[in-house]
Amino acid sequence: MNGVELCNVTKAYAGLTVMENINLEIADGDFLVLLGPSGCGKSTLLNMIAGLEPATGGAIHINGRDVTDLEPDERDIAMVFQSYALYPTMSVRKNIGFGLKMRGMPKDEIEQKVAEVGDLLQIGPLLDRKPSQLSGGQQQRVAIGRALVREPSVFLFDEPLSNLDAKLRADMRIELKRLHERLGRTIVYVTHDQIEAMTLATRVVVLDRGAVQQADTPENVYRRPANRFVASFVGAPTMNFIDGKLMQSGDDIVFDSGAGALPLVDVPVGARDLIGRSLTLGARPEHLLFDPAGIASRVLLAEPTGPDQYVRLAVAGSELTARIGPEQPFKSGTDARILIDGARMSLFEPQNGQAITLG
Amino acid sequence: MQYNRLALYGLLGIAALMVLSPVFIMVSTSLKSMDEIRNGSIFTLPADPGFAAWGKAWFGDCAKTLGDKCGGLSSSFLTSVKIVIPALALSVGLGAITGYALAVWKMKGANLMFAALLVGMFIPPQVTLYPLIIMIRELGIFGSIGGLILVHVIWGIAFTTMMFRNFFKTVPQDLLKAARIDGAGFWRLFWHVMLPLSLPILGVAMILQFTYIWNDFLLGLTFGGRSGQPMTVALNNLVGSQFGEKEYNVDMAATMLTALPTLAVYLLSGRLFVRGIAAGAVKG
Amino acid sequence: MAEPAQGGLKPSQGGRRRWRPQWTARMALIPAMTITIVCFYGFIIWTFVISLTRSRLLPVYKFTGFDQYFRLFANERWWTAMQNLAIHGVLFIGGCMLFGYLLAILIDRGIKAEGLFRTVFMLPLSMSFIVTGVIWQWVMNPGLGLQEAVRALGWASFEFNWIVRPDRSIYTLAIAGIWQQVGLCMALFLAGLRNIDPNIWKATRVDGIPVWRVYLHVITPMLRTVFFTVFILMSAIVMKAFDLVVALTGGGPGFSSDLPARFVVDHILNRQELGLGAAGAFVLLCTVIAVISPYIHFELRKERGGRGH
Repeated sequence: MNGVELCNVTKAYAGLTVMENINLEIADGDFLVLLGPSGCGKSTLLNMIAGLEPATGGAIHINGRDVTDLEPDERDIAMVFQSYALYPTMSVRKNIGFGLKMRGMPKDEIEQKVAEVGDLLQIGPLLDRKPSQLSGGQQQRVAIGRALVREPSVFLFDEPLSNLDAKLRADMRIELKRLHERLGRTIVYVTHDQIEAMTLATRVVVLDRGAVQQADTPENVYRRPANRFVASFVGAPTMNFIDGKLMQSGDDIVFDSGAGALPLVDVPVGARDLIGRSLTLGARPEHLLFDPAGIASRVLLAEPTGPDQYVRLAVAGSELTARIGPEQPFKSGTDARILIDGARMSLFEPQNGQAITLG
Repeated sequence: MQYNRLALYGLLGIAALMVLSPVFIMVSTSLKSMDEIRNGSIFTLPADPGFAAWGKAWFGDCAKTLGDKCGGLSSSFLTSVKIVIPALALSVGLGAITGYALAVWKMKGANLMFAALLVGMFIPPQVTLYPLIIMIRELGIFGSIGGLILVHVIWGIAFTTMMFRNFFKTVPQDLLKAARIDGAGFWRLFWHVMLPLSLPILGVAMILQFTYIWNDFLLGLTFGGRSGQPMTVALNNLVGSQFGEKEYNVDMAATMLTALPTLAVYLLSGRLFVRGIAAGAVKG
Repeated sequence: MAEPAQGGLKPSQGGRRRWRPQWTARMALIPAMTITIVCFYGFIIWTFVISLTRSRLLPVYKFTGFDQYFRLFANERWWTAMQNLAIHGVLFIGGCMLFGYLLAILIDRGIKAEGLFRTVFMLPLSMSFIVTGVIWQWVMNPGLGLQEAVRALGWASFEFNWIVRPDRSIYTLAIAGIWQQVGLCMALFLAGLRNIDPNIWKATRVDGIPVWRVYLHVITPMLRTVFFTVFILMSAIVMKAFDLVVALTGGGPGFSSDLPARFVVDHILNRQELGLGAAGAFVLLCTVIAVISPYIHFELRKERGGRGH
């Protein structure tokens, strides 16, 4: 197949296995984001795809070709780094053309390709400057240009936006997305920033402790997290977790934490099978609904953020965070009634944190 | 506060005077005649400065020395130049490549080898002197300029390697990765990326190696023989020779001539020398 | 946990198809490796082997155990040299560190023409030990040098003839040595002082601590690694000291200012006492190792610590 395929890839440092049997299929034209906390192995995985670190076991295929034992420059990839990694002694023109020169492309051809990329990324006027004379955003463009000019079948991005300030990061994000839509090439993109993952990816792979936790579309990763780790890592403010049991209460189903019963609405039918079992309920802040029919809770703190406010609540022996529009301000120490949107809640096994799929 | 400043500059001035006075004495003595030296103080300026002693030191005094040579420093100056240029180029070049290989191309045992090399910098040359003599003699280059060049490369490699390795260690890993992905191998990464980056360190290493090689005495004494006598050895012989009356003005002129090249390099290079001397201090 | 990208450019494993740059890297190390193994460590072993034989003019491999070492330790000149090494070492290292530190502090007080003073103090560093020795030999010349110049100024009883006095000549080495190396110590201390967080100075000013107390109780303790480094570097210079003795005193009068490094060279090159010289060289090496090993340990630990994150 085209794209990238990892088969049972394993990585060990000095006998210590840090990654075992990673299997991933990245379809041609996918924008795949490797998301995870620092130390989760996402950069190691990217380096193995690039050939910068050898895989201890398993195989890596790019466009159907086994590249496991090939050098980085033989793999038909290009990479963009967090630190830009521009050659400080070369002009922008030379930086972009260096890879082509190393491949023995004739000078005039290089010149033409560099000019094309310069136009595409709007860095034409900067071509004769040194990297040190450029701003961070301009350097990042040059770094992307250096990758583009080679026309590889796979682009690898290693946290490319982390060094930019917030505004520039948002601009570049949009630009990257446009670029991907225009070129249609496969991209593997490493980040710890879930906003980048959600906005850019066609598929997200959440990694933790050297293992794939979930590989799915951004929507599904958010709506149907495969386990508690994914649920808590993706989404801000983080998901609320409550331990307890589903109970029948008249016609309705409630979640009994032992210190109180949280009412649920729109509970899926399959949930009835789980009544009485010990569970962990996960509810995102926007799925706590303020409703007169809900359970009484005490407002501990309200944080207005502008478009929203986050309300910290003490209820049923837990502290939960709810998210609501800014129209109706909450005051600390007052009471509020809440219930949980049962249609969108997640349920996890308390022992291993795996999500329970409702039939 | 004012008095404090005054005391500060006073102390610094005295210290500077103490450091400079031997240099001043050397220069002024070399410009005096022997009569003036005998009857005057070392601190006085020359009454009638002249370069006669310099000429004698450079060309020698054919009336006094036996044999066909006149004993001037001119021939050993040439020898020193012939030694220092290739030895400098070879030791710095080899050090740059070795330091680059050790720092960038992580290999098993690279740190061990670097440690071994680092320790080598502290080995007193006396300890390996005799085996080195035998090796150079077996190679058939004992007493020749070629032999001295080789010995200087051997003794310089630890220092130059250390300078370059420590510099290349500071180059970001991402840059090396980018170059690998761009398809640069060992030599092209060195030539196109690393060497241009290391120009300041290259300058420092060249200046210090020049100073060390030019100022060397023990190796020149041991391996130079008669034909490969560098300037320091010739100076020591000139000053130490006991023929006739001692001519202090000629001695000082010869000293000045010997010191001049490294002094010039020091004064012209300024900041680079200061930057490097701390890193290269271990060489002594 | 998985530490990403720590390893740098590591060789790929498995099937090998084309020439890999890692192999070139290995080959590029061959010259330096050969020199290290053969000319450093191999030759040390060789010298040690010679020291166990009764070689005189040429190496003969008839082993006599540690005879040469017994001869060495029974040799009065060797003990003079070792004693001199101790005296010279204490004076030279102590003097360089003291004056170097003082100069660094003076320069660090925010003076004008800092570059000029620095250039002056480091000027002697660019000259060889031979040049230094010859200059100071002339300055300390009892007939026409400093002694005579001061007497001519009117102080008729002034005496400074150490260079010709067997009980004083060793001290002249320290004078010339300090003159030459004090600039290096100053530069290292100055670098250390410049590395100190300026907020420390602000804090002590707010607390109203006198400047000299700050140097004594705050700054000096903070510079202990610099002191350590300077001490090691100066020790290395002392133990290799050969050129300076040769040019300044020639080891004399007699052997009164002889040093071990000169003893070794003299016995190997001039006295046809190869075995004895080798034994001396080996003892010298052991002294160096004793002083240097904490430093190497420190450097390597720093290296390891520095690569953590």
